Amino acid sequence: MTTTADPAALLTGLAQSLSSGAVKVVDLTHTLDPDFPVIVLPPEFGQCAGFRMEEVSAYDHRGPAWKWNNFTCSEHTGTHFDAPVHWISGRDLPNNSVDTIPADKFVGPVCVIDCSEGASQNDDFELTPEIITAWEAKHGRIPEDCWVLMRTDWSKRRGDAYLNMREDGPHSPGPTPEAVRLLVEERNVRGFGTETVGTDAGQGMHYTPPYPAHYILHGAGCYGLQCLNNLDRLPPTGALLCTAPLKIKQGTGSPLRVMALVADNGAVS
Amino acid sequence: MSATRKGYDGVVAAVPVTVPYERFSKESAHWWIARALRQLCAQAGVKPSEIDGFCVSSFTLFPDTAVGLTQHLGLTARWLDHIPFGGASGITALRRAARAVQAGDTRMVACLAGDTNHVDSFRRTLSSFSRFAQDASYPYGSGGPNACFALLTDHYMRHYGAKRQDFGAICVAQRQNALRNPHAIMKKPLSLEQYMAARAVSDPIALFDCVMPVAGAEAFLVMREEDARAAGLPHAHIRSTIERHNAFADDPIQMRGGWAMDVDELYGMAGLMADGIDVLQTYDDYPVIVMMQFEDLGFCEKGEAPQFVRAHDLTIDGDFPHNTSGGQLSAGQAGAAGGYIGLVEAIRQVTGIAGPTQVKDAATAMVSGFGMINYDRGLCSGAAILSGGTA
Amino acid sequence: MTDPLSPPPRKNPQKRTRVPTRPSHVRSRAALGFAAAAAEGRFMLQTCAECGAVQYPPRDACGSCLSVELNWTDVSPAGRLIADTTVRISTNVYFRERTPWRVGTVRLDIGPSVMCHVHGDVAVDDPVRLSIKLDKSGQGVMFALPQKATPNMEDDPHMREMTCDPKHRRVLITDARNENAPALAQALAEAGASLIFVGEAESWHPYPHRATLEKIANVEIMPLDVTDTASVTELAAEIGGKTDILINNARFVRPGGIMDRGDVIFSRDEMEVNFFGMMRLAQAFGPAMRGRGADGDNSATAWVNILSVYAWSNMPEFGAFSASNAAALSLSQCLRAELLQGGVRVMNVFTGPTEDEWHQPLPPPKVLPAALARAVVGGLKDGLEDVFVGDVAKDLIDRWRAGPKILEREMLDTRGQG
Repeated sequence: MTTTADPAALLTGLAQSLSSGAVKVVDLTHTLDPDFPVIVLPPEFGQCAGFRMEEVSAYDHRGPAWKWNNFTCSEHTGTHFDAPVHWISGRDLPNNSVDTIPADKFVGPVCVIDCSEGASQNDDFELTPEIITAWEAKHGRIPEDCWVLMRTDWSKRRGDAYLNMREDGPHSPGPTPEAVRLLVEERNVRGFGTETVGTDAGQGMHYTPPYPAHYILHGAGCYGLQCLNNLDRLPPTGALLCTAPLKIKQGTGSPLRVMALVADNGAVS
Repeated sequence: MSATRKGYDGVVAAVPVTVPYERFSKESAHWWIARALRQLCAQAGVKPSEIDGFCVSSFTLFPDTAVGLTQHLGLTARWLDHIPFGGASGITALRRAARAVQAGDTRMVACLAGDTNHVDSFRRTLSSFSRFAQDASYPYGSGGPNACFALLTDHYMRHYGAKRQDFGAICVAQRQNALRNPHAIMKKPLSLEQYMAARAVSDPIALFDCVMPVAGAEAFLVMREEDARAAGLPHAHIRSTIERHNAFADDPIQMRGGWAMDVDELYGMAGLMADGIDVLQTYDDYPVIVMMQFEDLGFCEKGEAPQFVRAHDLTIDGDFPHNTSGGQLSAGQAGAAGGYIGLVEAIRQVTGIAGPTQVKDAATAMVSGFGMINYDRGLCSGAAILSGGTA
Repeated sequence: MTDPLSPPPRKNPQKRTRVPTRPSHVRSRAALGFAAAAAEGRFMLQTCAECGAVQYPPRDACGSCLSVELNWTDVSPAGRLIADTTVRISTNVYFRERTPWRVGTVRLDIGPSVMCHVHGDVAVDDPVRLSIKLDKSGQGVMFALPQKATPNMEDDPHMREMTCDPKHRRVLITDARNENAPALAQALAEAGASLIFVGEAESWHPYPHRATLEKIANVEIMPLDVTDTASVTELAAEIGGKTDILINNARFVRPGGIMDRGDVIFSRDEMEVNFFGMMRLAQAFGPAMRGRGADGDNSATAWVNILSVYAWSNMPEFGAFSASNAAALSLSQCLRAELLQGGVRVMNVFTGPTEDEWHQPLPPPKVLPAALARAVVGGLKDGLEDVFVGDVAKDLIDRWRAGPKILEREMLDTRGQG
């Protein structure tokens, strides 16, 4: 990707491309819905609140000409953003909460590693350094300060198949510690995102360190995205990701609308 | 310590007044009582301002009492009473007024009872009749007095072998009497067959065991004998009276009334026995209570009223004239005036002015009252023996 | 003998649902003691503290010695029916719609005579057992029952007016995930409930007894999350018109009081489920139930809340949970007032610690799901309003009645004592 053009002309061109349809906006967000699963921790711990909505008025005695709702949820409900402060490893970093992260970090390039075939055969499918390097062999080295998304098509799952809880906890794909280290320490990625309820595998507590994606990403000041949708509509490279969380004071994350700008050149799978 | 009761010498009851009953009325109790008072004044030849004693009974006067009526009706009484004793109100009014006149606290007492009957007033009266009724009888089927007296009747029948026909005999005789009373609400003859075939109301009570609630008023005057003579008013002497409340509280179910406690005194004071009574006016809210009065007032033994009824003719011309106006069962029950109807008729009978219902040579009458089924039984009872005087 | 109740026919949709009417509810303050006795299925009369005379009807001074120390006391309900009548004409609309209605006079062995409703299997001169039942006005009334149980006696139409028998009725149990759910559903199925809806939240993660629930006769698992207004409203739209008994079985419980928790997260969850859950259910299901209080043999009849007995007095070890239940208890009283207009009863079932993961470290006795279910069904059949399940609950309410402040001090030392 080169940036030789005049920036204003670039933006004008982008706007034209958006209006002409040459650049598409792909919505990577699930609808906030009380029925959408949230992460389940052992019950003695505090839990992530699901999305809830209470109607305040609906053109009725509670407010004759207007309708509005109050909603409640966790910072980590639905399609959401994780800031470094979310994890203990990132708690002392500068600009580690959603309100202090520089805004330019909310727009950036994205690489999509397609693990959907493996995940369809193995609920505990692991993203390994080998898979990453194989992907690079095909699509080029992952650029610095770039989002990396792990496509598993898990977002197509419904009901209890999504968390896929068993006696020993949830089973869903995720990265190995080595894979996260490769991305963070050697590729200097901006963040890592998944379609599952967390950036870590369902059984991620059994790695060393436990929950390596959270631990290593946030320890290095990187961000997370989870519960993403429609990753199958992104090209492996070349899309632009917009991920602006709500500006919550000291917020550790936020539900958000994740959008990707994608060139409509037939590269979309 | 025993005190000898004083007689009612020098005091009489006079001027019997009945305001003809109506099934339903849009008017108030005040309206009905006013009409009775006006008629009383007219017949007595006195002005309302001359009436210095005033006694009222009514269920539908709320929120007023006798006090409110003084202003409403323009009376300036020096003796005032309000008697909420239902069917015993007439006897009680007579007793109190007679003593007040006798003692000189008042010169004459207008005794009045009257009620209106709005379409819904019977239900309203029942649901708030008394605290015990509200708490312990009305919630059980809300049959009102019909249900309560049905229980007494059921028990009486089982215990003494009374048959429905026996109660029917009382009702049929009273209807015959009522046919001679132009003011009676019931105008058609009643046969025993009709009585037996009537719609059940609360077993074993059927339609003709029940009084018809109506609007109406009754009244009489209690005054000095000398005043009655001076005015040329026919009047009745009060030979004796009794009154009792909440008698036999330990009886599991009512089979006798307070009369049974005081009947000896009733006859003793009057100096006569049951065979000296020419005409009897009982309180007839239900025929079973009539039977209890026959027994408790000494006309027959306890439990023998059914046989007594079978053996006697209770009509005006019969050997045992009873409830000659038709009583409440056939003339109608005008609320608290039901406690007056027998007394007013008795005054007429012993003074010979009963007209079409007159019993031949009726010199002495007994009237009894019974009232207030506070919970499961009538609590108030009273009786009086009256004899005619000469004008 | 009472004829067994047949399953009600399907409703004729062209007929207007009968508007619930009520027997007279006006009572003196003294007479309200009957409602209190009936609420727990006790037979109590006022007894004079000085001379021992048993009083009836309720009053403010002893009819024998004029003492004003009249205490409501459990007394023998044995007596004999000495008179009866069948009321065919009533001045009250409720009875008018239900005549013929039988009433009688019972002479109690302990003295007073009592006017009462009479079970169809009792004849005059029979020995009877008087019981105090709540009628559709919510007041306590006397009901003469056969001395010994008779076949199908619970199906007597007038008795059924006073009870909330699940037979042929349709029940909603909330919170399938609660460990009580299978036992409740099983007990209701055995009691003849014709349909047992069980509300299930968060169907996206499994729970162990779902298969057990599914196997119980007449059970239908429906989506319902009492913390989600939309979910409650949707289910009410679907089954609200045929919910005759609602069992508010959802509870959120965590140990801890105030300072050792350090936040209000669990406390909010406790309020969301235990307090707002009831409110959401009541707003969604209440109006239809209240409107169907006189809808034939399967009319809406009862709302059951399963509450902690620590609603009455805070157990500091479960301090915030206790508080949420105190709030729920208070709300249930409001609900009781509102549902009463339709003759629908609110029955609160108070339990001590239950045999579950949250009370696992507590010593016995603990209430097993089957015992809780028995208490719920038994309470419905008896038409109760307050049920205390298990020794801990019964002991606590005894102590509360003896002195709430003393109990409060006792509760300071209950750590580990349950």
